[in-house]
Amino acid sequence: MARTDTKRDVVIVGLGWTGAIAGIELAKEGLDILALERGPDRSTVPDFKYPDVIDELRFGIRYGYMQRPKKSTLTIRRSLDEEAMPYRRLGSFLPGDGVGGAGIHWNGQTWRPQAQEYRLRTYVEETFGADAIPEDMTIQDWGVTAEELEPYYDRFEYMAGISGQAGVVNGETIEGGNPFEPNRSRDYPLPPLAQQPDSLHFADVARQMGYHPFPRPAANASAPHVNEYGMQLGPCNYCGFCARYGCLNYSKSSPQTCVLDALKRYENFNYRVNSEVLRVNLAEDGQTATGVTYWDAEAEEEVTQPADIVILAAYSIHNVHLMLLSGIGEPYNPQTGTGTTGKNYSYQMNGGTTMFFNDRQFNPFVAAGSSGMSINDFGMEQIDYAAEGFIGGSYMTCGHSNGQPIRGIAVPEGTPNWGADWKQAVGEHYGHSTSLGSHGSNMSYRDCYLDLDPTYTDPHGRPLLRLTFDWKDNDIRMTQFMRQRIEEIVEAMEPDSWQSSYKEDGATYDVRPYQTTHNVGGAIMGESPQTSSINRFQQAWGQHNVFVLGASSFPQNIQYNPTGAVGALAYWTTDAIVNQYLPNPGPLV
Amino acid sequence: MKTFLRILGALVIVGVVALLVFIFWPVSRSAPTQVAANAPEPAEHGEYAMRLADCAACHTAEGGEPFAGGRPIESPVGTIYSANITPDPETGIGGWTLAEFRGALIDGLDEEGHHLYPAMPYTNYRGLTETDIAGLYHYFIEDLEPVRNEVPANDLPFPFDQRWGLRAWKWVAMPDVGFASGATSDDPIERGAYLVEGPGHCGACHSPRNTLFVQDGYTASDAGFLTGGVIAGWTAPALRGEDSAIAGWTAEEVAQILGTGRNAHAAINGEMALVVEDSTQYLTADDLMAVSQYLVGLDGNGANRGQEQGTPSGGLAERLLDDPATQTERILASADPGMPEGARLYLDNCGACHFVDGKGADEVFPELDGSSIVQAGEPTGLISMILHGGALPSTEARPYALRMPGFADRLSDDEVATLASFLRTAWNNEASGTVEAGAVADMRSEEGG
Repeated sequence: MARTDTKRDVVIVGLGWTGAIAGIELAKEGLDILALERGPDRSTVPDFKYPDVIDELRFGIRYGYMQRPKKSTLTIRRSLDEEAMPYRRLGSFLPGDGVGGAGIHWNGQTWRPQAQEYRLRTYVEETFGADAIPEDMTIQDWGVTAEELEPYYDRFEYMAGISGQAGVVNGETIEGGNPFEPNRSRDYPLPPLAQQPDSLHFADVARQMGYHPFPRPAANASAPHVNEYGMQLGPCNYCGFCARYGCLNYSKSSPQTCVLDALKRYENFNYRVNSEVLRVNLAEDGQTATGVTYWDAEAEEEVTQPADIVILAAYSIHNVHLMLLSGIGEPYNPQTGTGTTGKNYSYQMNGGTTMFFNDRQFNPFVAAGSSGMSINDFGMEQIDYAAEGFIGGSYMTCGHSNGQPIRGIAVPEGTPNWGADWKQAVGEHYGHSTSLGSHGSNMSYRDCYLDLDPTYTDPHGRPLLRLTFDWKDNDIRMTQFMRQRIEEIVEAMEPDSWQSSYKEDGATYDVRPYQTTHNVGGAIMGESPQTSSINRFQQAWGQHNVFVLGASSFPQNIQYNPTGAVGALAYWTTDAIVNQYLPNPGPLV
Repeated sequence: MKTFLRILGALVIVGVVALLVFIFWPVSRSAPTQVAANAPEPAEHGEYAMRLADCAACHTAEGGEPFAGGRPIESPVGTIYSANITPDPETGIGGWTLAEFRGALIDGLDEEGHHLYPAMPYTNYRGLTETDIAGLYHYFIEDLEPVRNEVPANDLPFPFDQRWGLRAWKWVAMPDVGFASGATSDDPIERGAYLVEGPGHCGACHSPRNTLFVQDGYTASDAGFLTGGVIAGWTAPALRGEDSAIAGWTAEEVAQILGTGRNAHAAINGEMALVVEDSTQYLTADDLMAVSQYLVGLDGNGANRGQEQGTPSGGLAERLLDDPATQTERILASADPGMPEGARLYLDNCGACHFVDGKGADEVFPELDGSSIVQAGEPTGLISMILHGGALPSTEARPYALRMPGFADRLSDDEVATLASFLRTAWNNEASGTVEAGAVADMRSEEGG
């Protein structure tokens, strides 16, 4: 069975953060819009209802809000020589599904990249010489600047009600904020979250060492907030169930709390759930998209949905998958370096040190997803790449984002995983440990990329996406550098014991332990169709009516959590669509 | 004996004649009153007049076509179904003349002269201006598309199914016809009085009714007017006097809750959600302020009532770390496992949003300290809210249909009763009487809002 539905002005693939932003900004223009979401519908009540959602086994361990690999996964290998195997069990990263997407189950850490991160290749070449860039490193400039994006970051942060302390406002450094952040036009909309004793202890020590601690910017509301759409956040009660959970309290910024009820009031906007887009359809000449084809799970049939504009707003790797399946851009070839679709997949290089204090009590059950005090003294703009022998940077945070009973209790290395000794260790250390972690950049490389798997297919018969990725020396050197800085601070914090966990020389990518769901690149933005998939307005070079939103646009990963940049770029692009594309459809560059 | 029988017979005849006269004497409709000089055109004004009079809330069934009627309205004597007021000639009001339409609004008569049940608030609408009546007539006859919808017959036992009996009721209940000059006044208080007492028919729910279902007063000068009533078992709170739900609120705060369904103190709930959804959110800013200023000016209201203004300022953490202001807050903040069960139930179920000081958060989590629904004479609303939760209407200015979850699946009847009883005297609350588990059991099966 198959059907063709009436043409729409816009079809949006995925109803998470970027789909919701594009939806409401274009709905305001009166366009007839259909958003297609492959997962179910989700609302705070009943889906994140207290106390049902506070179920670590169901949502924290068994991934209740995540995509099911049985329905949708990818294959993974570490080098061009390996045979990729399906990611059958979620581990390293956790793509979400359903209305709200990953926007419902994030921690809420919301950052702005440093200015030089958008022009990284140019910055490195200018400052340290072209030789500083290893031969296989394929970092690029984004084609946008921090100044251009500032109003869009501002918009996203006020829409999402971010709690934080500004560091640099209109060129002036503000005490207590991040002095290394790019210039901003005004303060955060909400004051910073209250901090716990471990974060405050770290901040004291860091300050004494000459560093510049500041509260981590948070999409966990510190006070009630009303945004530009009239949508509302309630103050966070620090229950500590953020990442992997929907917020029970209307406190975490999400498409649900910040956009959707306002969007649903537009009669020219509609959305369908359980509707997985299978491909973007192109005109015969391949120069434009004619719409999409999706699987209507309710009707059990394929639906062709014609549209004038196609916006890919799915999770980053799924955007790339759809582009590869649909012939949008030339597939990237790691041997020749030609082609762009799938190019420059990158990830995030993190590490951390756990500290145990016998005599300090930290009350870990009082926490928000973005609690913690951070320093950015070793940010990407603060490091001498020539002297240190790597390109990259990180921010560091001390604190805890939850005190959940199953995964939230640190015990010293060597403690058994079960039994009386484990119980004793939990009893001794619960509430007495904290961590200081490094959240660092990850560069892009010639052989880290996405393409279609030659062997495995999904339930619709489509080839799975294949991820080829491994850790590289440059990034391991970066994280080892951070380790040294962190351990100096840790010693000064005087814990009774501590233990470190950082990637070491020779480390290879292990998909089993959770690392981060910051999968970026593959449909990268840039200045030339030869080296990027989409232009600076996230518009496909080859099909001017296709826009691709999300972290798939990052040419390499930033040192920060990606959502701030993803949100700002979504506003940047929708602004370009409204003010440039709609009056004059065609390539914007 | 014969004389007695003769007299008796005569009395019976007189009685029968009187009854026949009572039943069959033609009804008369009130004559039009004056029209203001600069009245707007009915075509322009009609939809707004419909919003002012909030016709939609009652005349639209849940999930039904707008104004096609059929919404069940529970009265003390049985269920009355609202009429189809689309211009469908057979099932609606198609073909009605303006005079007949006016008769329905202000005399409670249909086009054939049958008495309408006072579920239709014609006793309040008697103050409508000719301008608003003409606007409404235009809207329903000209603007609306006819919808064919036969509404169910009323479910009323004898003698309440005999409409002629309403003639006597009207003798008792009907105020004088005609509007106060304030309807078109530039003075917001006078304009507000017109809107509240007339088209807004606020008194229909918010005023007490006597045993004959007669509303206790129609204007601010009547002592009983707006001193609280009961609708569908829920207390419609007093808007003036000792127990006023809006005591201490500013006019801006009243305007905000009517315009958006929420303010710093409270959230709209129960039947009032429909009023905000269909009527008050559409009022012009001036009219909204007129209504609010009028209400705030009633006895017992105004910012000088000494209630605390809004949620304490500053971040949540600072606020909660302040010294507890009440005994309830001290008990809750102590986190002592030995605290009374009601307090413990509050901490385990309610505190995450409403917090230990019962102050919630502006426009998101309503205050429970000082709340009218918590302290209402009838605890029905409070029990319903705990069991089934509730949702705010989505409004233009505040689109978020924020929803409180129900706790029916988590709390037993005893626990709900204990929690409700705790809330009714927590912080500064002063409701009398404890809530019984039996009352909870009765409501458990009902659907939530």
